[in-house]
Amino acid sequence: MAEESKTPQLDELEKGPWPSFVTEIKKAAAKNEMSADLLGVLERSYEDKIGHWKHGGIVGVKGYGGGVVGRYTDLPEEFPHVKEFHTMRIAAPSGWFYKTSALRDLCDIWERHGSQITNVHGSTGDLIFLGTTTEELQPTFDDLAEKGFDLGGSGSDLRSPSCCVGPGRCEYACYDTLDMCYDITHEFQDELHRPMWPYKSKIKMSGCANDCVAAAARADISVIGTWRDTLTIDNDEVKKYVEEGLNIQEAVVDRCPTKCLHYDEATGELSVNGAECTRCMHCINVMCKAIKQGQEKGATILMGAKSTIVKSAFMSWVLVPFMKMESPYTEFKDLVNTIWDWWDENGKTRERLGETVYRIGMGKFLREVGLEAVPQMVYRPRANPYVFWPEEEILAEANGGATA
Amino acid sequence: MAKIDNGPPDYRNYLPDIIKENYGKWEYHERPRVGVLKHVGPAGALYSVRVGEPRLMSIDSIRDICDIADDLCDGYLRFTSRNNIEFLTPKEENVDKIIERCQELGYPVGGTNGSLSNIVHTQGWVHCHTPASDASGIVKAVMDDLYEYFTEDKLPHKLHIAMACCLNMCGAAHCSDISIVAVHRTVPRIDHETVRKSSEIPSLVACCPTGAIRPDPANKSVKVIDERCMYCGNCYTMSPGMHIMDAEHDGLAIMIGGKVATARSDPKFSRMVIPFLPNNPPRWPEVTEAVRHIVEVWAENAHKGERLGEWVDRIGWERFFTISGIPFSDKLIDDYIFSRETFRTSSAFKY
Repeated sequence: MAEESKTPQLDELEKGPWPSFVTEIKKAAAKNEMSADLLGVLERSYEDKIGHWKHGGIVGVKGYGGGVVGRYTDLPEEFPHVKEFHTMRIAAPSGWFYKTSALRDLCDIWERHGSQITNVHGSTGDLIFLGTTTEELQPTFDDLAEKGFDLGGSGSDLRSPSCCVGPGRCEYACYDTLDMCYDITHEFQDELHRPMWPYKSKIKMSGCANDCVAAAARADISVIGTWRDTLTIDNDEVKKYVEEGLNIQEAVVDRCPTKCLHYDEATGELSVNGAECTRCMHCINVMCKAIKQGQEKGATILMGAKSTIVKSAFMSWVLVPFMKMESPYTEFKDLVNTIWDWWDENGKTRERLGETVYRIGMGKFLREVGLEAVPQMVYRPRANPYVFWPEEEILAEANGGATA
Repeated sequence: MAKIDNGPPDYRNYLPDIIKENYGKWEYHERPRVGVLKHVGPAGALYSVRVGEPRLMSIDSIRDICDIADDLCDGYLRFTSRNNIEFLTPKEENVDKIIERCQELGYPVGGTNGSLSNIVHTQGWVHCHTPASDASGIVKAVMDDLYEYFTEDKLPHKLHIAMACCLNMCGAAHCSDISIVAVHRTVPRIDHETVRKSSEIPSLVACCPTGAIRPDPANKSVKVIDERCMYCGNCYTMSPGMHIMDAEHDGLAIMIGGKVATARSDPKFSRMVIPFLPNNPPRWPEVTEAVRHIVEVWAENAHKGERLGEWVDRIGWERFFTISGIPFSDKLIDDYIFSRETFRTSSAFKY
């Protein structure tokens, strides 16, 4: 008689066509005691319908405050090999491009020091080494460092910046997301590795408004590529799309949110009222051979996004409508440093940038970081008269001087 | 001592020649078939074969994938923000071979165009300390069920699903076409001994977004005003003595209609349409059925090119509930701090 499985519930998740994470854990468990015990803990969770991981204690590697997430099972007697089972976050290359030799190096290191289980990748963008003992953290790091790798962020620090595929493989990239991500991550190593803030802070870079890394949804500082002049239309290519059966009126013109496109069926020509275009990317997405972005490219900087916990989810809002994004990104870095200083001064514990600005007020924030208010920042102006007037402006008026 | 602050490795060392030559000069792209992208620049074309992976991967499987990339892509590959692998090659003749090798290993090819991409998700019972449910297991069950929508291109537009294992909603679940969010529904059970030993009481009191936690000086601990608690679990992150996980009453909520791209319409939050489904491992049939139903209703009723949330916006949420047959209830009306903007202030609506 076949031996009874110790993981009947998890075995059910080896069925079906989608690749199974259970199979992955089992592959590692065949050779690794930590992974074997992970399988046991997880099966128990499937029985109990409850998690079996405790809060992290402070664990890490020398010289770093972040990059390791401490984990301990609450069932250490039964599963001693995951008594300590800490996560290491490995900084990933821009755009998650790899040469296999680099991935093989990472596999070799993790085979020597950990569970042999990874996440490729975690949501923040790091490659995750999922589970090892406190004792193995430093040796793992030493091996990583020797091969040129590094840890990512965790805790109240700059989380690993990440970016879309950008100019590496996309004609829509309005700036070099890969270079910028690499550049600023190196620039802000101290902020990334040594937590010093009220809470986490994220920078995400998308090369266009399609926003393939969800910068607008989750980054305290979202950098979204755009252009300032007018998109260009190649009507020879437009005609080819028509020949291939695209209904331009229906699929492109009618769906333009600002109705700035006009298609003349008689001449077969498509034209744009550039001043009214908001550069949403729809028409370009449908007809990338015929419609190109403008020439004067850069990015819109938005701020404040975060997920739900605790004061509701925030979507990033416009801070700088247009900024040129060219190496060495000095204007951007200066702005970010100013914002972080302000947040560090004003933020409460576990308060993300957007929440601090929301609590204190956008007007005050803008005055204090030295940015001018522009209509692009809001959908509509306020509907109440409760303006927090700065006293100096009132006094200046009374003295006959110009207001600020 | 090992060198610190290396920073991430230089991506430029990991780019194939065709990318270096076309870098920043790409002209257009085509989609020869689902799961395959062809990007064209002055130096020629690059083919990307997109493959779903389980996110949690053993080093053996990573090495298997590397073998494919070594044999057919000169050793180059990348990963997407949604847990897909993309094999990169300038050789058109290698595309079918890559697909064949992936299929041999059980990796599905797809996730482009009008298809379902891989699910972005969190750690769940595998490694998180506050989960209300598992993440990987639900994702596996949903992707098994919706497999055809990953490997075929038959939806009105792309479909992004996210799974968050607690109300923290990690993983951009708040802006996805469909998000599955594990929820707690009962107030934390206080372990006073642990609270006394390992918590800073003022921070614990201050962390509660609804002011439900009060100091309990007699006990050198805290107490919870039950009716104020919305079960967010923020207190459990601050103190291991505030047990929020509840095997009997935790479960799953479904939110829909979010997006992050600005194409046609601004980014949108996902909105709750099902407040609770039972936590039913190992295959969560109630969740997979609910998600499939929403996908099918959208696929059947939306115009071509409409994201799920755009379709609902066009027809109206009240119409969505009649078309889908999903019951509406008081649980779906917001009563947290930004609720007012969700109340209808017009008599123009549909029945």
